[in-house]
Amino acid sequence: MLKVDAKQHQSQLTRNRLPRFALLAVLFPAAIAAAAAATLIGFNVVLWMVFTAVLFVIGAWLITLLVEGSRHAGNRMIRYVVYGAFILALIPLVSVIWTVLERGLPGLTSNFLWTSMSGVTGAVDNRTVAEGTPVLGGAYHAIVGTLQISLVATLISVPIGLMSAIYLVEYGTGGPLSRAITFFVDVMTGIPSIVAGLFAAALFGMVFGPATRTGFVAAVALSVLMIPVVVRSTEEMLRIVPNELREASYALGVRKWRTITKVVIPTAISGIASGVTLAIARVVGETAPILVTAGFATSINWNVFSGWMASLPTFIYYQIRTPTSPTNVEPSDQRAWAAALILILFVMLLNLAARLIARFFAPRTGR
Amino acid sequence: MSTNTLARRGSGRSSDKAFHLATLAAGCLILVVLFSVAAFLLVQSIPAFQAQAEEVTGGAGFWSYIWPIVIGTLIAAAIAMALATPVGIFVALFISHFAPRRLALGFGYLIDLLAAIPSVIYGAWGYIFLAPLLTTAYDWLAANLGWIPVFAGPASQTGRTMLTAGIVLAVMVLPIITALTREIFLQTPKLHEEAALAMGATQWEMIKMAVLPFARPGIISAAMLGLGRALGETMAIALVLSPGALTASLIQSGNQTIAAEIALNFPEAYNLRLSELIAAGLVLFVITLAVNMLARWVISRHKEFSGAN
Amino acid sequence: MSKRISVKDLNVFYGDFKAVEDVTLDIAPRSVTAFIGPSGCGKSTFLRTLNRMHEVIPGARVEGDVLLDGDNLYGPGVDPVTVRSRIGMVFQRANPFPTMSIRDNVLAGVKLNNKRISSSDADDLVERSLRGANLWKEVKDRLQKPGSGLSGGQQQRLCIARAIAVEPEVILMDEPCSALDPISTMAIEDLIAELEKDYTVVIVTHNMQQAARVSERTAFFNIAGAGEPGRLIEYSDTTDIFNNPREKSTEDYVSGRFG
Repeated sequence: MLKVDAKQHQSQLTRNRLPRFALLAVLFPAAIAAAAAATLIGFNVVLWMVFTAVLFVIGAWLITLLVEGSRHAGNRMIRYVVYGAFILALIPLVSVIWTVLERGLPGLTSNFLWTSMSGVTGAVDNRTVAEGTPVLGGAYHAIVGTLQISLVATLISVPIGLMSAIYLVEYGTGGPLSRAITFFVDVMTGIPSIVAGLFAAALFGMVFGPATRTGFVAAVALSVLMIPVVVRSTEEMLRIVPNELREASYALGVRKWRTITKVVIPTAISGIASGVTLAIARVVGETAPILVTAGFATSINWNVFSGWMASLPTFIYYQIRTPTSPTNVEPSDQRAWAAALILILFVMLLNLAARLIARFFAPRTGR
Repeated sequence: MSTNTLARRGSGRSSDKAFHLATLAAGCLILVVLFSVAAFLLVQSIPAFQAQAEEVTGGAGFWSYIWPIVIGTLIAAAIAMALATPVGIFVALFISHFAPRRLALGFGYLIDLLAAIPSVIYGAWGYIFLAPLLTTAYDWLAANLGWIPVFAGPASQTGRTMLTAGIVLAVMVLPIITALTREIFLQTPKLHEEAALAMGATQWEMIKMAVLPFARPGIISAAMLGLGRALGETMAIALVLSPGALTASLIQSGNQTIAAEIALNFPEAYNLRLSELIAAGLVLFVITLAVNMLARWVISRHKEFSGAN
Repeated sequence: MSKRISVKDLNVFYGDFKAVEDVTLDIAPRSVTAFIGPSGCGKSTFLRTLNRMHEVIPGARVEGDVLLDGDNLYGPGVDPVTVRSRIGMVFQRANPFPTMSIRDNVLAGVKLNNKRISSSDADDLVERSLRGANLWKEVKDRLQKPGSGLSGGQQQRLCIARAIAVEPEVILMDEPCSALDPISTMAIEDLIAELEKDYTVVIVTHNMQQAARVSERTAFFNIAGAGEPGRLIEYSDTTDIFNNPREKSTEDYVSGRFG
């Protein structure tokens, strides 16, 4: 008796709600119909999955509309669209990382890391392909160049960015100058990287004669991109240092500049370091500004102030666009993707380092 | 007043002043850099504006050289924005309101990874992986929707078209839009959300009632910052697009953007050609500057959303 | 080393707004003076003008004289940094430097000014200051640990030790117990009684019992209404303020009828 009662009694609160299995009941017909539709065009898995998803969403919407009403149907539809958007956004991420790993790993040898492209010509590549021997030539010169250019750019940007941020937070009290700096730093974050490159090229071209291309010019170009990032992140970090600490220091008779250098900056240093690391990560992969400022080299150049210089991004670009051997592009392809893998690892490591610095070197402010 | 023991010269007062001046100088240097970017580009591009029409590439003067690639730049950015804005907003909504709380942070990092990948790698991926993949789709579009000018055939057999470039750009712009809008969605006052839910609103109705109105200016400025990035992006276009004259069809090779035009030609350019490319850079600078200033202006009008930048 | 403070016709402004009007009072050396009054009456603002800490707030300025044993704090050529090293301050919320150990916090005033100090002198100073703040016994075994690991009351005493280590003549306290529990408050009050032997202590407090317990002299500040400047209403011996005040408003305030 009781059991029957329980079955017959339907809660007022669960009335007009779809049972969970209803969605599965939509999924299977959707999958079958999608398979049929996909076969009509020419079956492949991707097409089938896309059709299934579309038909499922429409089907689920329809039965929700019939059982639960239009408000819930709309809600369900949006929910699927939002989930779908997220999956859609992950597809290129997975695809890019997969492509780089798949194509880059075979070329990632110690020979690749420790030799340059010096002496590696189209003929060498042709022979490699004909004889099936390992690919010669590597990205050593490009790695060296990237490290040098990034280092110099960091050395230029960090002091300027740090000092500007200190000015904005500690000295500029909302006056016209600090407002102007804040505004133009924001504007500067939007400068296209190629324009930053053109600026450095034009600047050095006017001073040292046209076609002055060195690692240093590239570093200046990257600094234009890096400074605003450093300013913004440092500014943010300085602003969250509690004012109480500054006041405590002033009340001890400590001068403002010593308060800033000994109290404020040490308190914010983990955040600042993390921001600088992210800024480096941002510029280390920049290609366009280096393309127009550092030229291209096939051998190692240890001097940022003279001579053309290679970098990882431009190395990738040229290996793909103008393969060393136009008839046998495979060796160049392999080198490009191995370099891309190294570049991605660089950037990811920098990002990871930034997060670790922020987490582990933060002062214990717990009260 | 000489008896005032407090007036004895304190040590380090001059270093205080020096430090202040140093920070001030650094701040001013930023202004100087930005203005000199504009000034150097302007000075170096003057020859291109003054040159005889037939000396300029294309033989019809600077403006008829530049306008097709300005249009090309706008087309590429428009495709990217049309794809990235809705998806980016939905992804931000997913992270802020739909994803399980414990996973939301991790999902946010995943999307941030998209922003971390260097543009040259996106370009290479678009060129080698995406473009060949899309050729079948383009053939189908040309065959079935060819009557629409943007899908006019014959479709490119390499897939290196404006549409491919636009898709790659969209992938690059997406994390920017998502990161900014996500921040704003998270700032929606909890009280408003709970008020909506307490009235019996479904989640989507709550978002329509409380979240979206609150976030609208933030969404607009996020989209415009994304647009600024799409306009200035170089490598994706330079590697993916097989450039050519301005055409309406997005699935044929053709069209060109300013940034890619500069990157492709600058290494071999000299004299007037150099000046032309710098002038093109100046045009790009002005366009992105306008877009960014507009975005910042929208943000500053709604100061409460300043957490977004 | 304790000194007298004389304030003459002091006005404090925030931009155009007059926050405190026409204060004249004399603070005796080796005594505890309490400032009481309702919120917003300007007593904290006034306290800050006694070591020029108000200058940290943008737009704040002062008219009038504050004399430290005859030397004008606002005289020409006076460096606020010198003033602050002779008149220390303890704040409402304990604010030890989070990046420094307990020891370094005590030495902060010395080290941040880049003064050379030998290791043994530093040890002496740390011990002397911490003993002076009744904290030595509790922390002597963990001097290298971060100051932020201490309890709220201990942190506040650490801040007092830090202020003492600079060897000031006057110590200003801005509601030093308002964020503390009763036990920690008692420890601080005991400490204030100790400090009185060597320093001029000025304390702002919201707690009238506290003022009655710790101070010899009490100044009552009040405000006529919103937008009006705060004024010194009555200043006399603490017992008089609480037992037979001259002014009606003082009586109303101390008897709990408003504020």
